[in-house]
Amino acid sequence: MSIRSLLSSIFGSRSDPRDRYDDSPGQVGMDRLAVLLVHDRADISPGMMENMKLDIIEVIKKYIDIDENQIDLALENEDESVALLATIPIKNVLRRRGRAAK
Amino acid sequence: MAPRVIVVTSGKGGVGKTTATANIATALAALGNKVVAIDGDTGLRNLDVVMGLENRIVYTLLDALDGTCTLSKTLIRDKRVEGLCMIPTAQSRTKDAVAPEQMEHVCDELKKDFDYILIDSPAGIEAGFRNAAAGAGEALVVTTPDVTAVRDADRIIGLLESMEKSPIRLIVNRIRPHMVMKGDMLGVKDILDVLAIDLIGMVPDDESVFTSTSRGDPLTISSTSRAALAFRNIASRIAGNDVPYIDLEAPQGAGLFGFLKKAFGQGR
Repeated sequence: MSIRSLLSSIFGSRSDPRDRYDDSPGQVGMDRLAVLLVHDRADISPGMMENMKLDIIEVIKKYIDIDENQIDLALENEDESVALLATIPIKNVLRRRGRAAK
Repeated sequence: MAPRVIVVTSGKGGVGKTTATANIATALAALGNKVVAIDGDTGLRNLDVVMGLENRIVYTLLDALDGTCTLSKTLIRDKRVEGLCMIPTAQSRTKDAVAPEQMEHVCDELKKDFDYILIDSPAGIEAGFRNAAAGAGEALVVTTPDVTAVRDADRIIGLLESMEKSPIRLIVNRIRPHMVMKGDMLGVKDILDVLAIDLIGMVPDDESVFTSTSRGDPLTISSTSRAALAFRNIASRIAGNDVPYIDLEAPQGAGLFGFLKKAFGQGR
């Protein structure tokens, strides 16, 4: 191991992927920490997440027949950033009504 | 140089605040400064024990605040290091026995006689922390490479920022380099990235810390261990010197200064 990679691994740099694997305990810890801090800093409580979920359901079900009980909304790590991920199972796409019917 | 008041804090308990306070205060005094370390952990005081001064307590900070004695009577002079004093707090009282305005007043009084005033904060984000931080201009945040400790450090940094402390700098304590190298432990650079503050020291997990606490001899009095060196370097950086960081992975004794990473993390 070169001195450079030795140093970068001591300092925990992600610049040398040979020294760090995505499922290493250190990396898993960093990923969990990133999500925790987003919640902490934004002060997003579980209650707020639930309310946001209900609002999103209201909007989406105007257009699509969704399975409201299976919706999952969470902050997760996506590559290097944290994302709000929503998994919304679709039951049926509602048939569009013809414009002429109006 | 204007006197500086520095609070040593962490949020989470057990990460090494008191050890850091004792060792940095001792090292700053060894550099020729007049230093006083104040125990801010009323009810759970330990700074006196870590510094080996527990048998010399006559009056505590609370006695001075109550008017039982003058503030100067509470000062315990450390005979081993020229210029080093500590002020113990009461063990039989609770943290709400002190008010932030009182701490500000105490710090202002001590500024007349000392170059550095270090305050060992209790864990938590409540009254004890707020009292300890009240009189301080700057802050040292101690964390360990744990998800829990870093999370709590983030919270405390937010509070310190809202209290307009500056600079706020980070000490990463109890690093196990071989675990970092294997990817088993959070790395210092990653921790700095998420917390977005400047580093002032990395302290290796070192058995010498335990023996020093058992004896009541701060490492920075005479130890040559790597933790001792790390704390001396922190003191020197606080004093404004540009000290390179130690390579924690170098074999002990041989080449301690071998591979150096110069002033890492200073330019953020």
